[in-house]
This record gives sequence, structure tokens and C-alpha cells, in this order.
Amino acid sequence: MSTTTTRGVAQPAPAKVSRRRPRRGLRASSTFNFWLFTGPFLTGLIIFVFVPIGWSVWLSFFEARFTVTPSEFVGFGNYQQVLTDTNFRNSLVTFTVFAAFIVPATWALSLGLALLVNRLRFMRAFFRSVFFLPTAVSYVAAALIWKMSIFNGVRFGLANTVLGWFGVDNIAWLANPDPPWYWLVIVTVRLWLQSGFYMILFIAALQNIPRELYEAASIDGAKPGWQTFRHITLPQLRATSTAVILLLLVAAYQAFDEFFNLLSKATWGQPPLVELYKMALGQNQNYGAGSAGAVVLTLLICVVTLLQGRIMGFGRGEESK
Amino acid sequence: MPASSNMNWDRRNVLRAAMGLAAAGGLAACGSNTGRSTGGSGDGLVQYFHAYGEAGVEQAVKRYAKAYQDADVTTQWITGNNYEQKLFAALLTRNAPDVFEFHPQIQLVKSGQVADLTDIIEPVKDDFNQADITSHTVDGKIYGVRMIDDPQFLFYRPSLFEKAGVEVPTTLEELIEAAGKLTTSKVKGIFLGNDLTSIDRPLIWSAGADTLTADNKPAFNTDAVADGLKQLRGLFTSGNLLLDAPADSWDPSALIQGLTAIQWCGMWAMPAMQKALGDDIGIFPFPKVGSAGKQSVYNGGWSMFVNAKSKNVEAAKEYVKWLWIDQKKYQEDFATSYGFHIPPRASLARSATKLKSGLPAEGVKLFNEFGHFDNIGWTQAMIAAFWDVIANTVRKDGDPKAQLDACEKKVDAELEKLFG
Repeated sequence: MSTTTTRGVAQPAPAKVSRRRPRRGLRASSTFNFWLFTGPFLTGLIIFVFVPIGWSVWLSFFEARFTVTPSEFVGFGNYQQVLTDTNFRNSLVTFTVFAAFIVPATWALSLGLALLVNRLRFMRAFFRSVFFLPTAVSYVAAALIWKMSIFNGVRFGLANTVLGWFGVDNIAWLANPDPPWYWLVIVTVRLWLQSGFYMILFIAALQNIPRELYEAASIDGAKPGWQTFRHITLPQLRATSTAVILLLLVAAYQAFDEFFNLLSKATWGQPPLVELYKMALGQNQNYGAGSAGAVVLTLLICVVTLLQGRIMGFGRGEESK
Repeated sequence: MPASSNMNWDRRNVLRAAMGLAAAGGLAACGSNTGRSTGGSGDGLVQYFHAYGEAGVEQAVKRYAKAYQDADVTTQWITGNNYEQKLFAALLTRNAPDVFEFHPQIQLVKSGQVADLTDIIEPVKDDFNQADITSHTVDGKIYGVRMIDDPQFLFYRPSLFEKAGVEVPTTLEELIEAAGKLTTSKVKGIFLGNDLTSIDRPLIWSAGADTLTADNKPAFNTDAVADGLKQLRGLFTSGNLLLDAPADSWDPSALIQGLTAIQWCGMWAMPAMQKALGDDIGIFPFPKVGSAGKQSVYNGGWSMFVNAKSKNVEAAKEYVKWLWIDQKKYQEDFATSYGFHIPPRASLARSATKLKSGLPAEGVKLFNEFGHFDNIGWTQAMIAAFWDVIANTVRKDGDPKAQLDACEKKVDAELEKLFG
């Protein structure tokens, strides 16, 4: 007969009864904690984002020159003025050309850099830092370096010096719109500034691709290189690519600093934000028309972003792919 | 340290401390440098200045402000090329300056942004250059005190002219021809600024036209101005015009560094040019455009205004009177110790020894003979509209007459809003 004894086996200690009184009321509730942590940010958001947006919408219905507290209601007059303004319409064409250059170029360059850096066995961190560092440079500073040192029109500008070695005359990169060399200056400065950031996103995505996929492809006879890249890497980067293109498109809409600093007093190469700046904060000080333009532009960005997300399947679940 | 002391730093205390620090930081931010110190001997005033290129001007302006006993004056030294935009934006806010420098423009008066300074100028009105008084007057009231007059002309290197066998041009055709003869593989013939907007008004005046008529109607849309724009287009495409220089025309670098033989610039740059090039420097007015034109010199400059919406209008007026009317020593220092400018006070202009001989005296002579002053009705928006004409015709080969017509429409719309 076997007996079971508990002698010598430690009994679990009875749970200590907390002497603290249970929290009651607001302090105990998750609602309080929610407001404690989100309240300050929400307040900032309301004061510095939503109120100005609301004010801007309100201003867009008023004649507001040299004032932001106008009294003359003009209905949709400012919208009519903006939509019939040749400069504003041209700015949308400028944006389209710019986006057509910069989005695919940045996508390709940042992906290429990510593939190169990811393959490195030595000094990977060094090269990753080298390519990422331009992200920390201000757009204004970079634009001025491009304008005054690299792409100035005199013989000791870097670009003209190099061209001079091949017997090419000095080129006025920014002053002359024909031929439109200014696009080369604008696109290269932005490529330099933003490729490193998107490279980091692609590196993270590349490192998330399971090695097994490449091994399986290899067993199935896939050749390393272009074939593997096309059939394994690229499809696996689809979600990241979609996000990168979306971010690039929004950033292209927001282009201001380099255009403003490189093409001052030009009537070409003016993206929407520069046109709106000239309209509202520049010489005209027309806050009503500028606000109407801002509202139009915001709506346009929303529509384009939604369309792009729909076309590229941004946010769609894995199961629906 | 007793263990109990560590018990004080539980999560709750850390949170309290953090919130306390945040609150203190917020309060500190409220008291941060708003430029309105009241710790001195009286009211605090803020003045805005654009950045002058000549060394020592900023220090001089701050030195004058410090010497003023009746208020603490803080100087905001605004760098960059968009001083006017920053100023206009600031004037809409509570942090607007009490005193600021700018050019006389009627929209500042019409929108109630500048105070009437007639009472402080009236006693010395006769001692000011009368053209300056006119350019600051609206409906009999004077809205600014001129600090400096800045004549602008074409600076050239006589040695290069002699080498190329070129005479000083008096017509636009001769200027363009000279630029061609002076151009070599290393030196361009002429520099008129990277976007050519510096010569907007000289082109109009030299063509015998004007920005506006006396009764504020557009006066710039003439065949002679259109022809001048066409001629400049020829110069732009000739390869003899320096473009995309690292510094713009207000800076003498292009001439000093040997990038060009002729440069549009202001009298302020004379000391720097003389220091670098010695006697190898001369000046001539913007040449006449067309047969009915006449050579011209643009008399730019800067004036001091008082923000009419400031809480310290009277104190600001007192400061402006003290510095720009009473302190003749500072006015002469400001006009002649850094770059060269012509003092708007006739008595000072007569006595300023540095302007009595040599190239500066030649500058004063051209100023008196060919000078044109700002028109208070020609506003920043109209200036920008004419800059578009230059961009679209000279730099982009648009039809000058069509562009001038389009500009006239914009100017008409502005005039309608300003004068009804």
C-alpha cells in the first residue's frame, strides 16, 4: 500500500493580502491615465495644428490682405482666384515633373544602396552611416552648397571645373531655364538628402526576408543575381516599396526649401508650396488667397494619396494579396 | 546615506519631479528672450535690421542702441535674402518690432502698419534731401525717416577697358557691345545680378519711362522699355553676361575676383572695391535705352519706420528721433565708416569728408545728376510683378510687350485696391 504524505513538502505560502486600500475614482481609472499621457499632445495638436487649419479654412472665405483677422466675406472668390491663377496651375505641372523625376530615382537609388550595403561583409555600419548622414543636413544648407559651390556658373564651380577638363564651356545651371539644367541641380540635391533615409527602410525590409526562400530558390535552380532579385527580393519588398513611394510622393508635394533657395525670382520651377508662400507670405501678403490655395492643395494631396494607396494596395492585408 | 532616503525616489516622486521640471521649463520659456527686456532704464523696444554685408555695421547698430538711455533697445539682425517677407509676417503678430528699417511703400501706410512721424521730422525737414521727404510722404504726412541713400551704378575696371579699346558706354547698345569686347575665356564682360532684377527700375528710367505717373497710373509699359528688354535678352544669350555667380550683385566679389569687367552694384561696396583694386575702378550710370531715354542712377536706401500697432509708439518715435534725427555723429558714422552711403541730411552730406574727393565724390555727382528715388506707390507686389516680366522676357524669351501688358493688369489691380 502506498501512502501519500505531504510531510516534508513545502506548502505554498498563502498570498499576502495587500494592506493598501484599493484605488478608487479617477486616479484608478484607465481613462485618467489615458488623458494624462495623451492630453498634452492632444492639446498641442489642437492648438498648433487643428486651430491653424480651421483658421486657414475660415480665412479662405475672406478678403485678407495684410491681416489675418479680416472682416470682408468673399465666399468662394479666393478659390476662384487661385484656380484661375496661371502660376498656381503651373506649379502643379512643376510638381508633376518633379515627382516624375524624384520618386522613381530615389526609390531606385535607395534600393540599390540598400542592396549594396546589405551585401557588405566589412564596414557595413560605416557605409550605412555614410549614406544616412546627409539626412541630418538641412535642406537650406544643402541647397546653398549646391548653388554656391557645386553648380555655380563660374569657372571655379565644381561642376564647371570638371566640364572644363573636357573642353565644355561654363554652364549657368540655375539662371537660364533653356535648357532646363535647374532640374539636374534640384533632383541631385534631393536625392543626396533623402536616399539614405529610404535606404535604411529597405535594409530593414531586406533583413526580414527569410533565408529559406533564397535556399529554396537555389535548390529549384534559380540563378543568384537578377533572377533571384526579380522573383524573390522585389516581391518581398512590395509593402516597403509601397510605403516608400507614398512617403516620397507626399515629400514631393511638400517641396519648398531647395526650390525657394535655388530658383528665387524665377517664374519657372515653382512648386505649389513656393507659389502659396509667394501668394500669402511673400510680397502679396494675401492670406485669403493663400489659404484657399492651401485648402485646394491639401484636398489634392488627400485624393492622390488615397488613389495611390488603392492602386498599390497600401494597407491591404496579406490575405487579400 | 540611509536606505530611507532612496525610498523617497519612488515612481510617484519621479513623476512629480518631472512634472515640476516641465512646469518650471514652461515658465522659464515664458520668460525667455522675447526681446522685450524691461530690466533697464525704461521701456523695452525691439528694432529689425536686415543684414548689411559690410563688416562692423551690426556692431555699430547695437552700439548706438546701447547708448540710448531712455529705453532698452534690442536689435534683431535678420540674415537671409527675404527680409521683407520676415518683416511683413512679423508685423501681423504680437512679436512685431516697434521700430524697423524698410523702404517707403504705401501699403504699409494704407494698412495702418506705420506711424505718422511728421511731428519729429517737421523741425528738420528742410535739412533732408527733399526727394527723400517726397518719397516718404502720403497726404501731407511723413511716414519714415531716411537713414541712408544708396546710389547704384555700373562699376568697371578702366585697365580692362583700355586693354580692350572700349570707351565708357552711354547707351544700352554700346554697353552690350562693350560686354562682347571685354569678354575673354576667364572674364565675362558684365554682371547685372544673377536674376537681373537689380536693374528693373534703372531700365525703366533709362528708357524715359517711369514706374507710375504722378497720379498713380502705370507708366512703365512703353515701346522703349519693351525694346530694352529685347536688347537685354540678346545680352543674356550672348555668352558675355556673367550668370550664376556665387554672390549676387550687391556684393562686390564678382568684380574683385576678376570674374567680370563691369558690375552693377551700390556705392556701399566702394571701400571694398578700392581696397582690392586700388585706383583701377570707375563708375558710370545705367546707359540710356532708346533715343528718348536718359542715363539713370537708382537711389535706393533704407528708412526707419515705427510700427503703428506697437504698444510703445511714443517711446519708439522718441528713439527714432534720438538716433536718426538728433545724433548726427552716429548718422555720419553709419553712412561713411563701413560701406559708403550718402547721408540724407543735406548738412551731413556736405560735411562728410570721405565723400568729398575721388570715386565717392564722383558717386555723389552721379547721384545728384541722374538720381531717381523710390516711389511710395510702387509697392512690393508691383516690384515682384515687374521682376516676373524680366524673368519671362530676358531669361525666358517671352514677348516683352505681352509680358508688360500682363504686368500692367496686375499693377492696375494693386492700384485699384490701394487707391480705389
